[in-house]
Amino acid sequence: MSDKPRSPIESGCPDAFQYMHPVMRKNYGAWKYHEHPKPGVLRHVAYSGDEIWTVRVGTQRILDIFSLRKICDIGDEFADGYIHFTIRSNVEYMVSDASKVEPLIKAITDAGFIVGGTQNSVAMMSHTQGWLHCDIPGTDASGVVKSMMDELIDEFRNADMPNRVHITTSCCQINCGGQGDIAINIQHTKPPKINHDLVSNVCERPTVVARCPVAAIRPAMVNGKPTLEVDEKKCICCGACFPPCPPMQINDAEHSKLAVWVGGNHSNARSKPTFQKLVAAGIPNNPPRWPEATAIVKQILKAYKADAKDWERMNDWIERIGWPRFFEKTGLPFTKYHIDNWRGARNSLNASTHIRF
Amino acid sequence: MAKKIYETPMLDVLEEGPWPSFISGIKKLRDEHPDERIQNVTSSLLGQLEHSYETRKGYWKGGTVSVFGYGGGIIPRFSEVASAFPESKEFHTIRVQPPAGNHYTTAMLRQLGDSWEKWGSGLQTFHGQTGNIMFIGTDTENTQHFFDEINEYGWDLGGAGPCVRTAMSCVGASRCEMSNCNEHGIHRHLVNNFTDDVHRPALPYKFKFKVSGCPNDCQNAIERADMAVIGTWRDEMKVDQEAIKAYMGTKGRQYINDNVITRCPTNALTLNDDDTLTVDNHNCVRCMHCLNVLPKALHPGDDKGVTILIGGKRTLKIGDMMGTVVIPFKKLETEEDYESLVELAEEIIDFWAENGLEHERCGEMIERIGLVNFLEGVDFDLEVDPNMVSNPRQSSYIRMDGWDDEAVKWFERKQEAANA
Repeated sequence: MSDKPRSPIESGCPDAFQYMHPVMRKNYGAWKYHEHPKPGVLRHVAYSGDEIWTVRVGTQRILDIFSLRKICDIGDEFADGYIHFTIRSNVEYMVSDASKVEPLIKAITDAGFIVGGTQNSVAMMSHTQGWLHCDIPGTDASGVVKSMMDELIDEFRNADMPNRVHITTSCCQINCGGQGDIAINIQHTKPPKINHDLVSNVCERPTVVARCPVAAIRPAMVNGKPTLEVDEKKCICCGACFPPCPPMQINDAEHSKLAVWVGGNHSNARSKPTFQKLVAAGIPNNPPRWPEATAIVKQILKAYKADAKDWERMNDWIERIGWPRFFEKTGLPFTKYHIDNWRGARNSLNASTHIRF
Repeated sequence: MAKKIYETPMLDVLEEGPWPSFISGIKKLRDEHPDERIQNVTSSLLGQLEHSYETRKGYWKGGTVSVFGYGGGIIPRFSEVASAFPESKEFHTIRVQPPAGNHYTTAMLRQLGDSWEKWGSGLQTFHGQTGNIMFIGTDTENTQHFFDEINEYGWDLGGAGPCVRTAMSCVGASRCEMSNCNEHGIHRHLVNNFTDDVHRPALPYKFKFKVSGCPNDCQNAIERADMAVIGTWRDEMKVDQEAIKAYMGTKGRQYINDNVITRCPTNALTLNDDDTLTVDNHNCVRCMHCLNVLPKALHPGDDKGVTILIGGKRTLKIGDMMGTVVIPFKKLETEEDYESLVELAEEIIDFWAENGLEHERCGEMIERIGLVNFLEGVDFDLEVDPNMVSNPRQSSYIRMDGWDDEAVKWFERKQEAANA
């Protein structure tokens, strides 16, 4: 065996055409319209007259090799051997013949996967790595999503919300899960606990000082060792110091809580894209099922479903009815913590006499 | 040696309920996989995960692991509780770039799965939030073996750390009638020009490209990408009046009024007495709502191109930022058009690499120095345009020595455009 290491082939992102369903390849850039014949199923028609039927499938996302092979088996037997993944980790099977749709759905369902997630449904929750693999997580990701999707499975399968609902989770305030109509994110409530014995060996101190958004960290000496200290009155408990300096432990079994944010919307449809806004906090981080967080999500979904008009996303609905009514309809408390004090916060205040009674 | 089985009472609860369970999948690897190595590593993983559930803490630490020739692409994980769960003491994730638009054949998925079964844990995710295939869980030595094997048949690592990250693009032209550009082509032209910056992290922080074929922005590009490329069109949208009448027949006038006409953000739609639709295209902002509701009747126009927005990101460190417009419209048809798009990306990344602070995203740098300094600093023809702002300046605290020259420039550019 040669000792010489192998040099990588820097091929980058592969060309998708070699893996694309032939009907999609043939009609690339020449699609005419689509229909939503039933939840979980899309029918796209090309100018050529060709059509492609898509069946969307929710999975556990963290796929063991047995499940991946099961997904491939279904693809081989019922769906021409092609698979597309959505941004929310759903599997999509494509067939060019309408008569193949029902047998495909049956095979998917028999295998234990869930058909749905199209159009005005609660889509598959997008999530991160959590305790399974992340180095800084305050909570789990896959477990939270499994618990919530167990409860929201009918909303995934039925597509009877006013518009699509994207739910995300994030295990720290970096918020890798991203913006969502509803986002369930970790919110720490206590400053980091510092292991002063380790800081000087593990952390590049100026980097950590620079990382703090509120300049609450400064160099210090403790027991004759160089370390860092936190001005706990200034600290906003964001956890930004923890990744570059693991001895500044931010996660806490009791005091790392969950918060719920609503109204993040990526689309330019109707209004410009929006960021999510805080609606609930102080929710216990309660494995293995996180029932308190799920209850709040369901409360919000219930109010939205009952009151929003067709095509209104969560942010459109709240924009129309106003925030006071949102808190009234969801039964959630409005507190001083809902009033922003970060930079630009004054733009979020009501500078008018537009008051809803 | 018989493998050690850990009690997992909390994880066991996650096997109940109708949604597919990732815990059942990991247990199946532990209990039924023929390879003892995979049985042991997944058993140990379940033990550590249960420990996290019980103590509500994570126990993975980062470190430095890469493959020969690269500096990034691997998420190293070393267990802090390795003495209790030794078989998964090293559990690195390999980030691999997916094909543009996430298309696969089952044959290729099987091949990738087989390679990972040989060298890793047998656990994978399509895809992580940055868009990579995540092959979850292997040790340092097998990281190299796995990469060598898949690299030989066409797969390369994605980005991790302060570098150009794996890009994302929507399904786009391959299936969607809303598509206004060749999303997959843009995606690959951009990210594959920067393979060096993907594999060898040396930038101030991460830099992400995301491509959406229309303003529905299914890739969340404006919210999440340092450079968002969004398909749009600038001529008239296509209206199939017969299809409008058909919708009127099935949905009714009130539905069309309530769900289409009155929802237009710029009041650019009129439903006429003869059941035809008139569009004020000059005032339409291409929001997509009416096309979404009436996909059979309304389509993007023919003069297609892209809008480019720079600087989107989430909270860390100074707060959320949307990407903002730096090029309102750019044609992407010829090879030269694509070359100039790539050149723009190069110039932006160069300027940011030069001027960004450590751990400062591109949008944060623009916030610090102001958009005009950015536009003028980047070595590319970026002209100010009223489409870049929600409203003009409000503060009078500004020196305007060059006003007359700038006003002349504006009229000259207008004249040039009129002559073109």
